[in-house]
Amino acid sequence: MSTQVPQQTDETDAETEPDAEEEPSKGDLRREKKAERAAEREREAAEADPLAGEDTRELKVFRFDPEVEGKQEPRFDEFHVPFEKGMTVLDALIYARDTYDSSLTFRHSCRQAVCGSDAMFVNGQQRLACKTQLSDLSDPVRIEPLPHADVRKDLVVDMQHFYDQMDAVEPYFDADELPEDELEEQRQSRANRETVKMSTRCIWCGACMSSCNIAAGDNQYLGPAALNKAYRFAMDEREGESRKRERLEIIEQEHGVWRCQTQFSCTEVCPKDIPLTEHIQELKREAVKNNLKFW
Amino acid sequence: MASNTTYEHDVIVVGAGGAGLRAAIAAQEAGADVAIVSKLHPVRSHTGAAEGGINAAIRDGDSWEDHAYDTMKGSDYLGDAPAIEALCRESPKETIQLEHWGMAFSREEDGTVSQRPFGGLSFPRTTYAGAETGHQLLHTMYEQVVKRGIEVYDEWHVMNLAVTDEDDPTDRSCHGVVGYEIRSGEIAGFRARDGVILATGGMGQVFDHTTNAVANTGDGVAMAYRAGVPMEDMEFIQFHPTTLPSTGVLISEGVRGEGGILYNGEGERFMFEHGYANNDGELASRDVVARAELTEVNEGRGIEDEYVHLDMRHLGEDRILDRLENILHLAEDFEGVDGLEEPMPVKPGQHYAMGGIETNEYGQTCVDGLYAVGECACASVHGANRLGGNALPELIVFGKLAGHHAAGEEFEEPEIETGKRGDYEDADFEAPVTLGERAAGADAESTADAAADGGEAVTDPDAVLEIAVDREVAQVEELLEGDGVNHAEIRSAVQETMTANVNVFREEEGLKEALVDLREARDRYDDVGVSDPSRTFNTDLLHTLETRNILDIAEALTMGALARNEFRGAHWRKENQIRDDENWLKHTLISWNDGDPDLWYRPVILEGENKRYEPKVRSY
Repeated sequence: MSTQVPQQTDETDAETEPDAEEEPSKGDLRREKKAERAAEREREAAEADPLAGEDTRELKVFRFDPEVEGKQEPRFDEFHVPFEKGMTVLDALIYARDTYDSSLTFRHSCRQAVCGSDAMFVNGQQRLACKTQLSDLSDPVRIEPLPHADVRKDLVVDMQHFYDQMDAVEPYFDADELPEDELEEQRQSRANRETVKMSTRCIWCGACMSSCNIAAGDNQYLGPAALNKAYRFAMDEREGESRKRERLEIIEQEHGVWRCQTQFSCTEVCPKDIPLTEHIQELKREAVKNNLKFW
Repeated sequence: MASNTTYEHDVIVVGAGGAGLRAAIAAQEAGADVAIVSKLHPVRSHTGAAEGGINAAIRDGDSWEDHAYDTMKGSDYLGDAPAIEALCRESPKETIQLEHWGMAFSREEDGTVSQRPFGGLSFPRTTYAGAETGHQLLHTMYEQVVKRGIEVYDEWHVMNLAVTDEDDPTDRSCHGVVGYEIRSGEIAGFRARDGVILATGGMGQVFDHTTNAVANTGDGVAMAYRAGVPMEDMEFIQFHPTTLPSTGVLISEGVRGEGGILYNGEGERFMFEHGYANNDGELASRDVVARAELTEVNEGRGIEDEYVHLDMRHLGEDRILDRLENILHLAEDFEGVDGLEEPMPVKPGQHYAMGGIETNEYGQTCVDGLYAVGECACASVHGANRLGGNALPELIVFGKLAGHHAAGEEFEEPEIETGKRGDYEDADFEAPVTLGERAAGADAESTADAAADGGEAVTDPDAVLEIAVDREVAQVEELLEGDGVNHAEIRSAVQETMTANVNVFREEEGLKEALVDLREARDRYDDVGVSDPSRTFNTDLLHTLETRNILDIAEALTMGALARNEFRGAHWRKENQIRDDENWLKHTLISWNDGDPDLWYRPVILEGENKRYEPKVRSY
C-alpha cells in the first residue's frame, strides 16, 4: 500500500499572520504546515477503510510526543492491520508504521528475542513484541509502553533507571586469581555452569522490573534483573569467597533482596524463562548463611 | 538545531557489538581515553544473536596452521593469508581471554571449555556456549567495559565521518565523527585525537530475508565509502542454509554440527542422495548447502515449494537441551514447531557480508586515523565464503589489534596494502544505467568532496569536524522540513530487487535489472521526506538516513556481482559456473570517486608467513 504524499507548494508567506511580539521563522511556519499535513494524512488514513473484507486485527496503540503539538496529550490510536498466520505484535506495529503513520515510534532490532529492545505492555502484560503472536491475543490488541517507566515518546520508555540498577550490583566477572598461562582455562564444573546458566540469559528488556510491585513503590529497590545479575556472579564458583561476600553485602542492603515479597510477577513475564524469584530467594539464603558466619 | 557541543577523546569507537567493545577495551588497555558511540545500547547489538561458536585451535591435535588452512580453503582462495594467519594465531588467546572474563562457555567433564564440529573444519574446534554463544560473548564483553568505566554514548547514531578533503583519498585523515542523539535530536561533533574505529556490523537489511537485525543497515561501510575508502569484495554475501522461512531467524549450524540432518520433501537425505557433498553431507560449507537446498526446491523436491526440513529429533532430548536449547525456543516462538517432536522448516537467508571496508591486518584503512573491524570490515579473512564459527574470533582478534593500533602501539609494517595505489588493475565495467550520485539533503556528503572543485584542502582537525557537523545539521533540517516519499517504500523496493536478482543464484540479466531498479530507487530518494516533525526519538528520520546507506551498499554489491563473471564461494553465476583462477584470483574494490563509483581489482595475497596457499579444487 502506498503512502504517497500529495505534493504541496511552499507558499507559506501568504498565510503568515504577523505576530505582535516575534515574527515566527520561515522554518517554524514550514514545520507547522508540515504538522498540519501530517495530521490531515492521519485523519484520511483513519477514515478510509482499504482493508474491508480482509482478515484484520485492530491495534489500540498508546501515543505521546512531548515535542509535537496535538500529541502532548496522551491518547490511543487505532490501526487496522491485515492478519496473516505467524504475525507477531512487532510485525503488526511495523505494518502500521510503514503503511499509515511513519511517526509511530517503538524500539526494535533483532526481532528474535535476543536484543531485548521491544518489551511493551500488551493486553495488560509485559511482553516482547517480537515473540508475541497476534493469534494468542484477544482483539483489540492494546499496546502501551512499559509501566513504571518514564515515557519518552509513544512506546519508547527511558531505560536509564534500569541500567543504573544493573550497574549498582557491579555486574562483571571479577575472579580472585587467574591461571598464569594465558592459554589455560579457569575451569568450571558442569554443575556450576548449570547453576548460573539461566541467570546468564537475561537480555535486559526490563519487563521484570516493570511488572514488579515493589520496584514500582520503591525507586531504590535493585529489582529482579539486577538481583539476577548479582546471582549470576555470586554463584559462580570461579570468583572466590571474598568477592562473593562483597557481592552478598551489596544485595543485602536496605533496598536489596529483603524487599522481594515473592509475588512471582517478574518470573511470570520474563521472556527468557529465567526463574527470577527463585534466584532472589537463593540469594536470601546465601545472605543468611553469610551472616551466620559472623554471628 | 545546531549544537556547540563537541565531545573529545583519544579514540572513538563507532558501534558496540563484539568488535567495538573489544576494540574499546584494547584501546583503553593501551592507555587511551576511549569512548564508544553507538546507535543501540551495547547489549542490544546484533552480536547477541550469534549462536554457533568461536573457532580456536586450543586443543592437542589441533593447530592454528590447520585452522588457517581450513579458512583459506573455505574462502575459495579469496582470503589474504596475512589476515587469515593473524586471525588463527590470535584466536586461542582471545578465546581464553573471554573465559578469563567469566564467559559462560559450555563445559566438558573436566571443566574445560567444550568444542564441537562445524562445517568446513578439519578439527572440532568450535568453542561454544550452548546455542547462544554471541549473547554470552556480547554480555561478557560489555561487563568488562562497565568494569573499566569506558564511556558509552548509547542511542547516538553516527551520521558521518570528519575526514580531510585532499584530492587523493590515501592522503586524507579522519579526525572524528558527527553524532545524532536519537533521544533529543541533538547533533554533535566527536573529536578523536588518535583514531576512529568503525565497528558498525552487518548490512543484511539490503535483503528482505535476512538473519540480521533491523539496525544492520551498513552505516559504517557507507560512511567510509563516501569518505573515499574503498569497499572490498562486496559481491560476496553469505546465505545461511538454515533460517526459518517466515522470519529469517537463524537456526545455528550447531544443529548440523551436533548431527542434525537435512531432508527434502520426498524424505531423501539430499546432501548425500543427490551428490552435493558425498563426504561431508550436511557439514559441507555454507555456500554448498545453501545452493543444494535451493536446487532441491527449484527442482520440485522442496516442501510447499519453499523450504526443506532440518531434523534433530534423533539427537535425543538431553543432548538437545544441553547444547541446542535456544533452537527449541526459536522454532517454537517463530515457527510454531516443536523441535523435539517434528523437523524444523529451513531455507537459505542472507546472513553475513564477507566484504566491507578495505583494511589491512591491523584494521587500518587508507585514510589515516580511520579503522574498521568486525563484519563492516574486510581484512580479508573470509574471502568468498566464511566458515561457520569464524565471525566471532574475527570480532575479538581484529577488535583488539585495531584498538591497540589506534591507541598508538607499535606494530610491524602491514603486508596488506590499502587504497588505490601500487598493484591494482582498473576494471572494464559497463553499467546499464548511471550509477552513484548525490545524497538527500546535501550536495556534498563528506568533507572529502570539496577539494575536487579546486578549493583549498581543509586540514585543521577542528575545522574539518565543524564543517562535517554543519553539513549534517543542514541535511537534517532539510529532511525534517521537506515533505515527500516515505523511506519505507524505497527500502522495500531495494530489498525486493536484491532478493529477486542478487541472491544465491545470479545471472547477468537479473543483475542488470537490479541496477536499473536501484537507479530508480535512488531517483526516488531525491524526493524523500520525513513526515514526523519531532526532535524526540525520530525513527522516521533515522530510517531515512539509513536508507541512503542501504542504497549505496546495494549498488556496490550488485556492481561487483555483475563484473565478476565466475563462480567462487558464495558467488554463483549462471553464465560461468566454474571457478576461474586465471582471471579472478583478485579482490573487487569499489571507490566513491566524487559521486561516481569506480571499480578496480587487486590480487589476492596467498603468501603466508611460512608457506604459500596453493588454490585447490574445493570439495567436501
